Amino acid sequence: MPTFVYMTRCDGCGQCVDICPSDIMHIDKSLRRAYNIEPNMCWECYSCVKACPHHAIDVRGYADFAPLGHSVRVHRDEEKGIISWRIKFRNGKKDMDLVAPITTKPWGTGFPDLKAEPAPSKEMRASQLLYKEPKYIRMDDGDIRTLKSAGLSLKAGVYY
Amino acid sequence: MGYKTIVEDNIDVLVVGAGLGGTGAAFEARYWGRDKKIVIAEKANIDRSGAVAQGLYAINCYMGARFGENNPEDHVRYARIDLMGMVREDLAFDMARHVDSAVHQFEEWGLPIMRNKKKGSYQREGRWQIMIHGESYKPIVAEAAKRSADKVYNRICVTHLLLDEAKENRIAGAVGFNVRTGNYHVFKSKTVIVGAGGASNIFKPRSVGEGAGRVWYAPWSSGSAYGLMIDAGAKMTQMENRIVLARFKDGYGPVGAYFLHLKTYTQNGLGEKYEEKWWPQLQEMVGKEYLDPEASHLTHRPIPTCLRNHALISEVNAGRGPIHMVTMEAFQDPHLEEIGWHNFLGMTVGQAVLWAATNVDPKYENPELTTSEPYVMGSHATGCGGWASGPEDVSPPEYFWGYNRMMTVEGLFGAGDAIGGTPHAFSSGSFTEGRLAAKAACKYIDDGKAEGIRVSDRQIEELREKIYKPLETYRVYSNEVVAGTVNPNFINPRQGLDRLQKLMDEYCGGFGVNYMTNGNLLKIGLKKLKWLEEDWHNGMGAADIHELLRAWELYHRIRTSECVFQHTLFREETRWPGYYYRGDFMKLDDKNWHCLTVSRRDRKTGQYTMEKAPLYHLVDDKEKTAKAG
Ligand SMILES: Cc1cc2nc3c(=O)[nH]c(=O)nc-3n(C[C@H](O)[C@H](O)[C@H](O)COP(=O)(O)OP(=O)(O)OC[C@H]3O[C@@H](n4cnc5c(N)ncnc54)[C@H](O)[C@@H]3O)c2cc1C
Ligand code: SF4
Ligand code: SF4
Repeated sequence: MPTFVYMTRCDGCGQCVDICPSDIMHIDKSLRRAYNIEPNMCWECYSCVKACPHHAIDVRGYADFAPLGHSVRVHRDEEKGIISWRIKFRNGKKDMDLVAPITTKPWGTGFPDLKAEPAPSKEMRASQLLYKEPKYIRMDDGDIRTLKSAGLSLKAGVYY
Repeated sequence: MGYKTIVEDNIDVLVVGAGLGGTGAAFEARYWGRDKKIVIAEKANIDRSGAVAQGLYAINCYMGARFGENNPEDHVRYARIDLMGMVREDLAFDMARHVDSAVHQFEEWGLPIMRNKKKGSYQREGRWQIMIHGESYKPIVAEAAKRSADKVYNRICVTHLLLDEAKENRIAGAVGFNVRTGNYHVFKSKTVIVGAGGASNIFKPRSVGEGAGRVWYAPWSSGSAYGLMIDAGAKMTQMENRIVLARFKDGYGPVGAYFLHLKTYTQNGLGEKYEEKWWPQLQEMVGKEYLDPEASHLTHRPIPTCLRNHALISEVNAGRGPIHMVTMEAFQDPHLEEIGWHNFLGMTVGQAVLWAATNVDPKYENPELTTSEPYVMGSHATGCGGWASGPEDVSPPEYFWGYNRMMTVEGLFGAGDAIGGTPHAFSSGSFTEGRLAAKAACKYIDDGKAEGIRVSDRQIEELREKIYKPLETYRVYSNEVVAGTVNPNFINPRQGLDRLQKLMDEYCGGFGVNYMTNGNLLKIGLKKLKWLEEDWHNGMGAADIHELLRAWELYHRIRTSECVFQHTLFREETRWPGYYYRGDFMKLDDKNWHCLTVSRRDRKTGQYTMEKAPLYHLVDDKEKTAKAG
């Protein structure tokens, strides 16, 4: 496969098509539902699985090494900022639920508006500093590290 | 073919490929170029594109200067020993001194970084790695880039860089096509920052058939960064330095957190430790300078990754496989067990799928390890890529031509996998390089270096014809046969990719020949590769736009492969046993090859010029005991 789409759950919304980094989720023209057009270029990255609003996409492990009968399902909740996984083994002996945070801020709130920041001075432009440095590096007012401040000097080039 | 031509003009900074490097570039460009026009052209959707599409569970490059953990020069020493000396120390130092600021921003943007509750610092996985809940790492950095760029063009496969016709060797933008609409896109720009990623699927993967996409580096890493830059006439470096990874078998699940944080270890099929017994033989091959187990023991100096591979490969060849990762001890701790699983779910789900399918519970069974097929990339533990200028306050004259991270083509910059000689940048370092490139690109424009750029309609029209030729070839010849994919006039992109992988594997040292090659094999391989390129130009058939995408990805892979062949042929030694071996020059040869290799492909003739570049050591050898980790 490795991803496949359940016929009865897909409504052809195209979100998986929009997100797949490999460009392999496509809408079947006659059925108007999505499917994986090139399984051997699928990374099992789960981007489409996470994006599908109807949980219509699932993964069946690669046929060259994975036997049938397992499942790894996911639900990614941007509003709550968490992702939940459920892993079921082929032999049924293991059935795990795992949860992890995906962000510490409400989505889309933590980013600076760089146009609203004070413009960099001439000296900053001429220096090695990047945005908000050096404060972001060491949280003090020291300068960026140079060979000199590191107590280093350029050693001669060696060819061979 | 009724595809429209869409021209975006007057761009100041064009970011080609917005993975970790490209997003860093777009973000920082806005700060230094607040009135500049910043445009992103990306093959996929920047929310989930590139090597970090699935997420990551660790940030592998973080100094922790804030917590007094490491300094940039420590990192240079580490990268240098790991790559057997071959590192652009100016670039590595520069990346390392800025990288913390990128990581602190990620945290501010909402990336959950784990904390060491006792120390108050970030939770270390190893000396350089910190642990994150990184499932949404890519959407988070993409958001920062989207807020900064004037326009984001998703689903544009960039095929060529545009060259200025007013001044030789100067960049003028890029062209490509939209993978959905098929439209032809022209981006006229004063500068271009290439962040189009590394190259997977160049060598035959171990996975076959339906599973061929289960490679360690993403299957969409098509070597475009290299293909674009080489075609534009940029100098390349260290392209022989392909990487082979020790990973969990079949799923390619990463082992970093397992080794470093969970403290798991390896043993052979007989349950014995095996690594150390290969050191004496290896020391003979590479010399004490690069392998000194005693010093490593005393100072925590790492054993180079490639040498550990060598031990693994040799042990399997000696008939004592398989190699196992001993997880059964660590996994008795429920907390560590959870980390082990999360590590995959956050960055290589396929490994979790495999273990679920094959009932491998690492708590009760030690999983198998293997070595991967080789990859060509510049940001992980290897340093392939473009030959770039360093920063003015650090770089010696041979490494400095005015603008940080600018290639040897004026106005062309790079970040991440695109930059050669900066291994161990990883995700945070790639982002940082993007930021550095963006600041320098803005300066380049402000200095008036991009004045008077001229791109003729002819150049644009010629490229248009080239781009769509595979569709035309298919249209003309496909009906000559009844049906099916066998046609005497063309091959399809998959057939071309299979051929490339087979010849790279057999002639350039893939897993199928135990990573072994020699001068004779390389020459045959180059000849066969030339035929593949000819077939690409004259007989590549694409049935639709999706296949056209694959065709151009293959083209960039071919170009990358050719450069890998040239470099491997040129460096007549085995510098990195465990990554590849030159059977005709089995030893590391510091006398002749303590240098960087640099190539340039002539745009008109296709001929390669190879040269040696000096290796500067900016950082002394003092190795202190690691503080962190
Ligand atoms: C499985 C795995 C585990 C890893 N683990 C870690 C880890 O734990 N910690 C860590 O720090 N790093 C890790 N890395 C490494 C890290 O992901 C890379 O170093 C980093 O992402 C490289 O950045 P980049 O910008 O060069 O390339 P990418 O992030 O791959 O970006 C390349 C971009 O270019 C686009 N592109 C490609 N071709 C074209 C084209 N022709 N036209 C337009 N756009 C194009 C792609 O779609 C993509 O968006 C891991 C990588 C992998 C695959
Ligand atoms: S798992 Fe990833 S590569 Fe595979 S179809 Fe889904 S999005 Fe595409
Ligand atoms: S996202 Fe889900 S519902 Fe929408 S097209 Fe894809 S599979 Fe169907």
